[in-house]
Amino acid sequence: MKILEEALIAAFEAEAIPHEKAAQSTFTVPVGRFAEAAKVLKDAYALLCAEWASDETVFGSGFGIYACYHWGGEYLIVKAELPNDNPTFPTLTKHFVPAYRFERQIHSLMGVIPVGHPDDRPWIKFEDWPSDTFPLRKSFNASTPLMRTDGQYQWLKAEGEGVYEIPVGPVHAGIIEPGHFRFQAVGETIINLEERLGYVHKGIEKRFEAMTWESGVKLAARVSGDTTVAHATAYSMALESMTRTEVPARAQWLRALFLERERIANHLGDIGAICNDAAFAFMLYQCSRLKETIVRTNYKLFGHRFLMDRVVPGGVAADIDSSAKKEILSELNIIEEDFEHLVTIYEESSSLEDRVRNTGILTSELARELCTVGIVARASGLNVDCRIHTPYPPYDSLQIEPPVLTAGDVHARVWVRVSEIRESVRLIRRILRGIPQGGIVTDCRVPLPEATGFAAVEGWRGEIIYWLQSGHSGDVINRCMVRDPSALNWLALEQAIKGNIVPDFPLCNKSFNQSYSGHDL
Amino acid sequence: MIRILRQIFRTGIVTELTPRSDDPKITIGEIKLEDSVKKRFQRSLTVREVDAGSCNGCELEIHAINNPVYNCEQFGIHFTASPRFADVLLVTGPVTANMEIALRRTYDAVPSPKLVIAVGDCGCNGGIFGQSYASLGGIDKVIPVDIYIPGCPPTPTDILNGFYKIFL
Ligand code: SF4
Repeated sequence: MKILEEALIAAFEAEAIPHEKAAQSTFTVPVGRFAEAAKVLKDAYALLCAEWASDETVFGSGFGIYACYHWGGEYLIVKAELPNDNPTFPTLTKHFVPAYRFERQIHSLMGVIPVGHPDDRPWIKFEDWPSDTFPLRKSFNASTPLMRTDGQYQWLKAEGEGVYEIPVGPVHAGIIEPGHFRFQAVGETIINLEERLGYVHKGIEKRFEAMTWESGVKLAARVSGDTTVAHATAYSMALESMTRTEVPARAQWLRALFLERERIANHLGDIGAICNDAAFAFMLYQCSRLKETIVRTNYKLFGHRFLMDRVVPGGVAADIDSSAKKEILSELNIIEEDFEHLVTIYEESSSLEDRVRNTGILTSELARELCTVGIVARASGLNVDCRIHTPYPPYDSLQIEPPVLTAGDVHARVWVRVSEIRESVRLIRRILRGIPQGGIVTDCRVPLPEATGFAAVEGWRGEIIYWLQSGHSGDVINRCMVRDPSALNWLALEQAIKGNIVPDFPLCNKSFNQSYSGHDL
Repeated sequence: MIRILRQIFRTGIVTELTPRSDDPKITIGEIKLEDSVKKRFQRSLTVREVDAGSCNGCELEIHAINNPVYNCEQFGIHFTASPRFADVLLVTGPVTANMEIALRRTYDAVPSPKLVIAVGDCGCNGGIFGQSYASLGGIDKVIPVDIYIPGCPPTPTDILNGFYKIFL
């Protein structure tokens, strides 16, 4: 059932023009009605997944502005075309909160203006960049260093008796990525948090445009180092969708094996780190020991501890044999047994419970309003998981039990991880039993010119989206849009922290554990 | 409590001795490490980690040298929250344009004598991100580097072997 598509066509009739060359249903609407389309789709229960712009001057037109919506098993992209000399479009922020940041980013990096947007401060682009720098435009020369200018970021201000501010970052106390947080607090209670991200902006989306389709996957694998398998898979699937490449079944199963191993490793690391922030260091050491076991097996069997560069367009670059299967199975038995001991300890520890329950609550309403994805969404009652709702092989033949909790607190986010580790262990066993024979890689053709590709993959944090567009010749990447789950979930952290005490922020932040690199790009 | 103790005893000691290798990949920067510096830092290093723009892959391995298996504290290597307590800056990158100032300030905040270790291909030379409007390239584009540990990411063993260059 294509509910979103039907809703759009019912409202727009002939004004919604379907795309022929797109791998994912895409409709062009008149730019004046771009925001109206958002409203129609919201009424059809859609969530906004991403919004981005593409410089299409090489095709003889101006800019394309795209919004991707999702509900149930359906993804729908709505496009509007903007002329070169007047790149403006009506903002979607009235209908979808996450558009707030997507559009600030579009404005900053592409120089396309969301009319009616409540906030024109740059995002990702820092105040010391010249204001007419738009790196994502074709006319921008990315290889020269930036000039610096003066400028001051305008922080939101909270005023009132007893209100004070705590600035934190970009260099934090622990071994973590850089970002800046500004708390406004009264006493110990946080009344507002404003995030300032962009410190790790490496120009990834622009860099893709200088890459070949083949080398692009290496860059995708390094968008966020802890999610290397999922990003490489999403990039590869998007490319395969635009070239209609048939990936061998065995390769698809191996990708799922790698994805689930990545999920277990990261969840273990997170559970340990969250408990550590509640002063329960025992769990950190135990979980990091288990995580080490997994990455060592990865290294032994597949040659890389995090499986970087093991997923390539057309398939995978590492295989398993029967002795590898045995090794993985015995590793799983050990991990499972130890992990269950640890879960019991977690459950029985009242000092821990005191910190994790009712802390950092993200209500179900907010989770939906902010279009959250992944662990964060599933801990707040929002049942979204690409492996279940838009399954790609082999997930379409593996039954997955989604853990959905409603409490939305730190504990719920831990518990979603606990359930997912159990589920992934079960899935890996199932994959090892069912993996088909055959090749592990096939040649990936070159896309047609002006074609687009799309993929949504459930990484361990949540849904990852890639949208690719080939240039005037099929060899060239005209645009690679990357949407890490963090682009949505960072907004949710700001909301979940309100009303909590300052010392609970690290705990809360860790339970979200969003990527900076994947967000800043 | 009894369960925790039981788990601890069941686990036993998992720390391994990291094999020392004279890996030619791991190199010393232009400034030779002076003997006096080596002597000073012997068996006790306080490290401040700075992510100057990495993909976070290198951070995972830096975390790993802290896990019970590598247990870097057995060599007196421990991490500090403040650069003002640090002997060593362990930096990953490429240095992004947006992190340049923060990196410089952190470096300035470390008291002398200080050492800088660049971790990962990105930290050594910009790696896959290279040099662009947003990325300045390797760490030595911004602050002087004493030891380079390449790899994408370097394994915990590689990172510890980078530290050994100071001890040896
Ligand atoms: S060297 Fe590799 S793992 Fe380290 S930051 Fe660079 S891309 Fe990431």
